[in-house]
Amino acid sequence: MTVQQDIETKLQDKLRPDHLEVINESSNHNVPPGSESHFKVIIASDAFDGKLLVARHRLVNEILADELKHKIHALALHTYSPAEWAELNGGAPASPPCLGGGK
Amino acid sequence: MDVMERIDQAVKENPVVIFMKGTPQMPQCGFSSRAAQALMACGKEFSHVNVLMDPEIFENLPRYANWPTFPQIYINGELIGGCDITLEMYQKGELQKMVTEAVEGEKAAG
Repeated sequence: MTVQQDIETKLQDKLRPDHLEVINESSNHNVPPGSESHFKVIIASDAFDGKLLVARHRLVNEILADELKHKIHALALHTYSPAEWAELNGGAPASPPCLGGGK
Repeated sequence: MDVMERIDQAVKENPVVIFMKGTPQMPQCGFSSRAAQALMACGKEFSHVNVLMDPEIFENLPRYANWPTFPQIYINGELIGGCDITLEMYQKGELQKMVTEAVEGEKAAG
């Protein structure tokens, strides 16, 4: 499994995100081609509801503790509650509600 | 002095301190650079510790506040977070407020 898949699987399993993007940004850095050293994670999950940013990042850091210790050099984190994510322009707009017109 | 005591001292004796790779003027890492820039944009003095010049702090800071990455920003003795949190707070105007209150509070108490 690549580091990227490993990150995706762990976050998917533990946080059941509404939205998850794991982006390998290593090519922007001074590392050999094909490296998996620098990642960016954009994630929206119920697990972040009502939590301060520092607590959200702690949660992700704990889930990825092993990767952070041994594999990843840098991890950019953007954490949202589902409501915050929905408000963002980059977020997928919510589907319109049913207005009851016909079957 | 023990390294954890040295870290603790830097955290508690400065209203605003960033542990970073390099210095605000000569940052050695993109994340450290952006976080230091956000702090500079707040227009108040802040302290910095260059973790690349202090291998002991580099090794031990992650376990001080159980935070695995650099930079780390502390305001009034509390971990605010790393680069992404600092920037997000800056964009919301929260960082400026916290930094100003911490620095002014320190002066008033001092």
